[in-house]
Amino acid sequence: MASTLRAPAEDSPPPPDRPGPAAAAGRPAWRSRLHRLDLKASPYVFIAPFFLCFAVFGLFPLVWTGWLSLHRVDLLTPDVAEWRGFGNYTRLWATDQFWNALRNTVTIGVLSTVPQLLMALVLAHLLNYRLRGRGLLRVAVLAPYATSIAAATLVFVQLFNPDYGLVNWCLSGLGLAHTDWYADTWPSQIAIATIVTWRWTGYNALIYLAAMQAVPKDLYEAAALDGASRWQQFTRITVPSIRPTILFTVVVSTIGATQLFGEPLLFGGGVGVSGGSAHQFQTLGLYMYELGWPSRQLGRASAVAWTMLLLLLLIGAVRYLFARRHRLEPKG
Amino acid sequence: MAATTAPGALRRRLRPGAGAQDKAGPVTYLVLGLAAVVSLFPLYWTFVAATSTGDRVAQSPPPLVPGGELWNNVRTVWDQADMGTALLNSTVVAGCVALSTVLFATLAGFAFAKLAFRGRGALLSLVVATMTIPPQLGVIPLYRIVTGLGWGNHLQAVVLPSLVAAFGVFFMRQFLAEAVPTELIEAARVDGAHSLRIVWHVVLPIARPAMAVLGMLVFVQSWNDFFWPFVVLTQQNPTVQVALAGIGGGSAYEINQAVIMTGALVGTLPLLLVFAVLGRHIVGGITAGAVKS
Repeated sequence: MASTLRAPAEDSPPPPDRPGPAAAAGRPAWRSRLHRLDLKASPYVFIAPFFLCFAVFGLFPLVWTGWLSLHRVDLLTPDVAEWRGFGNYTRLWATDQFWNALRNTVTIGVLSTVPQLLMALVLAHLLNYRLRGRGLLRVAVLAPYATSIAAATLVFVQLFNPDYGLVNWCLSGLGLAHTDWYADTWPSQIAIATIVTWRWTGYNALIYLAAMQAVPKDLYEAAALDGASRWQQFTRITVPSIRPTILFTVVVSTIGATQLFGEPLLFGGGVGVSGGSAHQFQTLGLYMYELGWPSRQLGRASAVAWTMLLLLLLIGAVRYLFARRHRLEPKG
Repeated sequence: MAATTAPGALRRRLRPGAGAQDKAGPVTYLVLGLAAVVSLFPLYWTFVAATSTGDRVAQSPPPLVPGGELWNNVRTVWDQADMGTALLNSTVVAGCVALSTVLFATLAGFAFAKLAFRGRGALLSLVVATMTIPPQLGVIPLYRIVTGLGWGNHLQAVVLPSLVAAFGVFFMRQFLAEAVPTELIEAARVDGAHSLRIVWHVVLPIARPAMAVLGMLVFVQSWNDFFWPFVVLTQQNPTVQVALAGIGGGSAYEINQAVIMTGALVGTLPLLLVFAVLGRHIVGGITAGAVKS
């Protein structure tokens, strides 16, 4: 993340120790001291709210979760913590439901992230042509982004209804078999992945589009002169040029996929917390919630949270190694 | 997308400037039109269902044109799911979060973009790095803190953890680094202006468009936020999303499918209106924030 979004250094302001112009102007000493204090302290005052907010509501709870994960804590008596060591973790990793949730998180994650980003890439490429009504098209593909998880899921629950839903009606029109989008494992996961894909494809397409517009035009002109087809221009120029942006969206969607909660919860209706009647689409986020709130076992839920954290760190490490290996390759 | 033939390649060779700025062909329009339809159809269908009776929604084939039940459905969802309170709560929460994020992000973004201080680069990297830690993972202690303070089911429990976001700081930093001329700040310093004065008289006038875009983006995000409000609020004092979860959860209400869809429509309509009016600016903001990496 930090490597793709690193701040450019060329526009750095004057070094901090340069005496302020006011001092040279012969102002009273207290004013110049105040001025220097202002120069030194103001930046920290300006950035303090963010770091304060992050420390209190982000970092501190995260660390506390780690402590809770080593204890047995009841939601109703949160002040009573009984030391369990790594008991919560060993128990968790011996539970089928945990592995099921992990598997579901991965499959739904792949089913939603991969098609989403590929379609976004194609959409962005097409939106980059000279178009009539391009503004309108952009707003149209962004409309799902304005729709909340809750609203979108409730709508898709109707569309995927096995008995009267529009999806099955269309499929039967095509002569395809009746599909139970609620109860069967793969169909239900595909349906949930569809909700995620619907909400985010346009958003990612616009991010790609902006990156594409920053690619120098003469690259394309040179390629066209060399007789490169549009497809070759897309794969050899466009995609490599916007790779940092692609990496950025991959990171963001991966993090989103590991946290998936609202879509499966509401897709399951009355049995949402367990992720369907047979846990067929229970994600890690849902499992954590089920353990922490309905089951009231905060310690075990915290162990799920920290397992998710470890998972993210693992993904991050893999990504880092992958990106480094690619950076070492000569660029074409 | 378009198939390439040898004559096609030849023609392009004679016409430099091809590539990214090519005129769109019929296939492009077809695919983009399809994408627009797929994007908009679920929203249109929400409207169709919200104007129907519950029985009509559950017909096979499903209805594709609006009916005349909208008013009845809106009344039902208003009475049973407390949509009025939910809309008001969501407006208050998203408004507060947007205002405070814009304020703090502008100050921090300005400091990172234009002020010199020890550890600036490292701290900015830290800001970006925090974006990779999902807040969902700290939700259990956060719940305890908030209920311990007696804020359970109160709006401040939703607002306070979101007062400022890393995304906003980074967004404003990227904008201000380019938009504010460093000479202008130095000139103000020569005139003896202190930092807050510079913010007020130099930075804010320049930053206003970016602040507006950031405000809209944060408002949308906050309005649509699900997990934490769902955990900490109840159906007695819900945001729109929590109320929708209550309707969709099923067991709590005797509500038919058409009323559920009406809830989804009522909860989404304010944002869709904002998008219809300001869509282009929002599009510009999303793309501006993400690319300058």
